[in-house]
Amino acid sequence: MSSDIVDRITAHVPSHRAKNRKLSGTAQFWLIFRYISLFFILALVILPIYVLVVNSFKGTSVFLEDALKWPTHWTVETWPKAWAVLGGAMFRTLFFVVQSSIISAILGSINGYVLSKWRFRGSRMIFILFLFGMFIPYQAIMIPLVQFNTWAGLGSSIYVLVLAHVIYGIPICTLIFRNYYATIPDELIEAGRVDGASMVRIYRSLILPLSIPGFVVVLIWQFTSAWNDFLFAIFLTGGSPNLQVTTTALNFLTGSSNQTYYGVNMTASLMASIPTLLVYMFLGRYFLRGLLSGSLKG
Amino acid sequence: MTKVKVKGRGGVTSRWGGFFFVLPSIIAVGIFVYGMIAWTLNISLTNKNSSAVHNPKYVGFVNYTSLLHDARFTHALGNLAKFTVVFIFGTLISGFIMALLLEKGIAGEGLFRSIYLYPMAISFIAMGTVWNWLMNSTHDKGAGGLNLILLKLHLGFLQNDWYISQKGSMYAMALPAIWQMSGYVLALFLAGFRAIPDDMREAARVDGASEAKIYRYVLFPQLSPTFLTVLIILGHISMKVFDLIIGISGKSYVTDVLAVYMWQVTFDFTNYAKGAAIAMVILFMVAIVVIPYLRYVNKSEEYR
Repeated sequence: MSSDIVDRITAHVPSHRAKNRKLSGTAQFWLIFRYISLFFILALVILPIYVLVVNSFKGTSVFLEDALKWPTHWTVETWPKAWAVLGGAMFRTLFFVVQSSIISAILGSINGYVLSKWRFRGSRMIFILFLFGMFIPYQAIMIPLVQFNTWAGLGSSIYVLVLAHVIYGIPICTLIFRNYYATIPDELIEAGRVDGASMVRIYRSLILPLSIPGFVVVLIWQFTSAWNDFLFAIFLTGGSPNLQVTTTALNFLTGSSNQTYYGVNMTASLMASIPTLLVYMFLGRYFLRGLLSGSLKG
Repeated sequence: MTKVKVKGRGGVTSRWGGFFFVLPSIIAVGIFVYGMIAWTLNISLTNKNSSAVHNPKYVGFVNYTSLLHDARFTHALGNLAKFTVVFIFGTLISGFIMALLLEKGIAGEGLFRSIYLYPMAISFIAMGTVWNWLMNSTHDKGAGGLNLILLKLHLGFLQNDWYISQKGSMYAMALPAIWQMSGYVLALFLAGFRAIPDDMREAARVDGASEAKIYRYVLFPQLSPTFLTVLIILGHISMKVFDLIIGISGKSYVTDVLAVYMWQVTFDFTNYAKGAAIAMVILFMVAIVVIPYLRYVNKSEEYR
């Protein structure tokens, strides 16, 4: 990893020509063309979230014809209604997501440390086999997982989702930490060994203190993907209303009610997205890093 | 990599000590990924076609061959193919254009970039509600969403039924997917562009190459590894598409894809054997795309 992928993306590239010279006619034309295109794309990207936001403040019955209109009078009457449907599920989601993210991060850190700094025979093969686990369609393990769930008696507990997200998160968490630790020079490990520190000791006193950015990336990644997950939730807890998580509760609401309640549906959708949007707004850089780790190469 | 043979203080030989720390994950992945894939394969070879079957027998590949004659399955497969083509091209092109517009650096770049990327943080299920509305099929009077926008732009003739139309449903479905994933492609291409040393451009410029030629002959060839990565990532996402479809149109027939059909077969019809067979088909398609990619990544890493 010569230069970090996120650094490259967020690098400040000075538009030097604009500063140093007076722009030629064609250059001016292209600059204007670029801005027009950028704003056009911006409008397209914002449109769906605009519709989501304005229709969350128009009251319970909003009409399709007015979908794109600015609210004539703002009201939050749909918010308590949406909260009544979603609130419990959101707390339940938060409860399991925090746990699964922390466990995933710890496992990922240990695996990444060993697979980048203490390789053993076959460690490379194991890493590749882990990576394949990241790409599989989860349908291919879902029937046995549901059977295991019934067999192990986890069916009536939200911990089944902790288990699923921890286990199927191992590949990506290992990958993120392995790539992160690859940026820590091997000499540091060597120095620790010369001083007689064991593998565990080196991890605790040298690596762990340096791992905070890695932990942030993995925690955010696991948080976002578990929060937004629908597949595991619907297969593993789909049937029971007292195990509803954010996505399944939302889908139950929007899939079953008619257009009269569109205001509530819109509000609920926005409400369900707030946690991940906040994470993106405040920790976007770390989010991006997690996102791009799925592309394997930095 | 230095080979490590020194004994650590903990008494573990460092060479194998590492193995034991990874062992829990190896076991977990071994059982829950590979073991369960094997078990799915196993189920798909039996006649467990309803919950009434208690002692399933092996029936060979019957579940697979019967899929070929299952109109619903071929319909879903065809839908998936349409979706994949439009989704991959659309996302690739729009993400690439975004990257082209931003790569030289422009005032306000940070703002554009972060807004272009935000859709990645939202779930398909949440956005489904909005897209369901935006792509509402009402024409002319009473139209809302995209049809209304088209009317306002005097492009009323372009109004269509979006995802409920027989022919165009999957092309319409690709729209929200493109919206959601373009930022990802933008990020990958932006990283690709910025990994190219400035000297290369300068050298070409000094040699008198036009801007267009610099892109065509100097920059684009450098992006082919990025291009491959994007293709693989989008390809495997597309084959697994599930939330997006459920979020917008539920289990409706016109937008059926393999993952949705598998869900229905397995849980609504409790036909585990057939569900398992469909799952194995999806896995097979993903593996064809991903395994060569993993080999490629593995090789290029050795080279580094």
